[in-house]
Amino acid sequence: MSVETILVFGEGDEGSPSGLTLELLAAARGLATNVEVFVAGDGAAMAAELGAHGATRVHTTGPLDGKLMGVHAAAALQAHMETSSPDAVFFGQTPDGRDTAARLAVRINQPVVTNNVGASFEDGTLVVEEPVFGGTQNVFTAFKNDGPALAMFRPKSFEAEATGGGEAEVVAVDAVDPGPAGSASVTGRHVEERSGPQLDDAEVVVSGGRGLGQPEAFEMIDELAGLLDAASGASRAIVDAGWVPYSKQVGQTGKVVKPNVYLACGISGATQHLVGMKGSKHIIAINKDPEAPIFGVADLGIVGDVHKVVPALIEAMKSR
Amino acid sequence: MKVVVCVKQIPDPALPGELDPSTNYLKRDDKLILDESDSYGVEMALQLVEAAGGGEVSLVSMAANGEVSGLRTALAMGAEDAVLVSDDALAGSDALGTARVLGAAISRMSPDLVLAGVESSDGYTGTVPEMIAGVLEMPSITFAKQIEVDGTTVKVQRQTEAGYDDVECQIPVLVSVTAGVVEPRYPSFKGIMAAKKKPVEELDLAALGVDAAVVGQSGARQETVRVTAAEERQAGEVIEDEGDAHDKIVEFLGELKIV
Repeated sequence: MSVETILVFGEGDEGSPSGLTLELLAAARGLATNVEVFVAGDGAAMAAELGAHGATRVHTTGPLDGKLMGVHAAAALQAHMETSSPDAVFFGQTPDGRDTAARLAVRINQPVVTNNVGASFEDGTLVVEEPVFGGTQNVFTAFKNDGPALAMFRPKSFEAEATGGGEAEVVAVDAVDPGPAGSASVTGRHVEERSGPQLDDAEVVVSGGRGLGQPEAFEMIDELAGLLDAASGASRAIVDAGWVPYSKQVGQTGKVVKPNVYLACGISGATQHLVGMKGSKHIIAINKDPEAPIFGVADLGIVGDVHKVVPALIEAMKSR
Repeated sequence: MKVVVCVKQIPDPALPGELDPSTNYLKRDDKLILDESDSYGVEMALQLVEAAGGGEVSLVSMAANGEVSGLRTALAMGAEDAVLVSDDALAGSDALGTARVLGAAISRMSPDLVLAGVESSDGYTGTVPEMIAGVLEMPSITFAKQIEVDGTTVKVQRQTEAGYDDVECQIPVLVSVTAGVVEPRYPSFKGIMAAKKKPVEELDLAALGVDAAVVGQSGARQETVRVTAAEERQAGEVIEDEGDAHDKIVEFLGELKIV
């Protein structure tokens, strides 16, 4: 069973759609005969890649010139939806995706259902799937509203796949002035230095948690990650403590990773963290507490001191 | 400066959560506590008022059952007073219904700044603060990892996927703060005693002028159709390190052709 049109809220930078945007396109293609994209920004630059992933049209406001996205995106999106009426709008669970969906929900008085990892149509109604309690149970929610279904999805919930389609048709969308609510402006951008494999798509991820004891100990996580051609990650506890930047956080708040191997060092495995990594193909955990919940999901669990096991592992890797 | 902080009272996250099989709502039978995510908003508000040389920190919360224990914790930290919207009709409200209620309560308080946690620790939709701003037709800056108030200008470092942005806005504005933005203080004994006497104004929907049709399950216009158990991940081998655990890891990685 499918519907006519699903609109995907597209995000990206430097002319490339984000991985999450392409994942949403794949999900939408499976549910609708027509998939279009709305970009609050320079959508024209993304048209070829969006088309290759099955989008027929990209509706774009053009660059926002320093305006904070959410309010402006929602105002333009509302105006667009008055003429196009999609059956559903899919958003990625990102800061701008959340802002836009939330503002739109108020403007058009429609509910938005968040944190989903799956979607299907049952009896003509969109049903979305959300993992709860650390992913031990799944709640399936049906939209009962009279209007478009606004649904937000977590990263890595679907597999992005190019269909080989041609460039999406670019349709300019008029900006809509949201009034004083739109007065927040971006005055500077800071991009954290990124080198080596990225957390989102690394084959191997090495993560550290509170068990490291002190901020300096994260250096050995980085060193081990370097030796394994891996990305380094972190639990929320040490991000909150200011040891490592938020961009390294794996979990409910933070990134969802599904690498081939996830090596958790000194991470107990709080629900918050498990949600972000339990989809990994293989999990290795090192923790001194034999009762740590992380051992419940690990394929190989080492009950031991990270300050002994990790340095020994680094030496072993170096001598190979 | 008048700051209103949105706070949520939630079941203790350390206890296993459970859904009520008849309604599929999260069970809230035990005592509720102040959501840790919101303690950062409370602390930030107290620090900003201090830095501004004076002002007032008020709390706003919503609960179906008149619960105040989490509010008392935030009052003990130093907030002046609280407004609690409590009404049987609120059970089953979604993010939008919650935002309409909190927005109505906040509009009576005329704040310069509204603070909220980015997302709650139990529902974690991360949409309520932005929706409240929408209801109030107020500008907003979400995901703040640092806030500074300079006269009537609020300057925020806003977390992004790639790093952070500097964002500025004139008051009144709503800002949602990330966990870790400040170190929440522990309430002192004096604070705890004082909090018992601080005013908590309890309002129902009628007093607030919010139509009961926009809240609760009917206002949410969504239905839980089923709840299923997720596929369990099987625990594998767990060994005690006797000085050679690293070899075991290398072997494991070797089998996967990682090394």
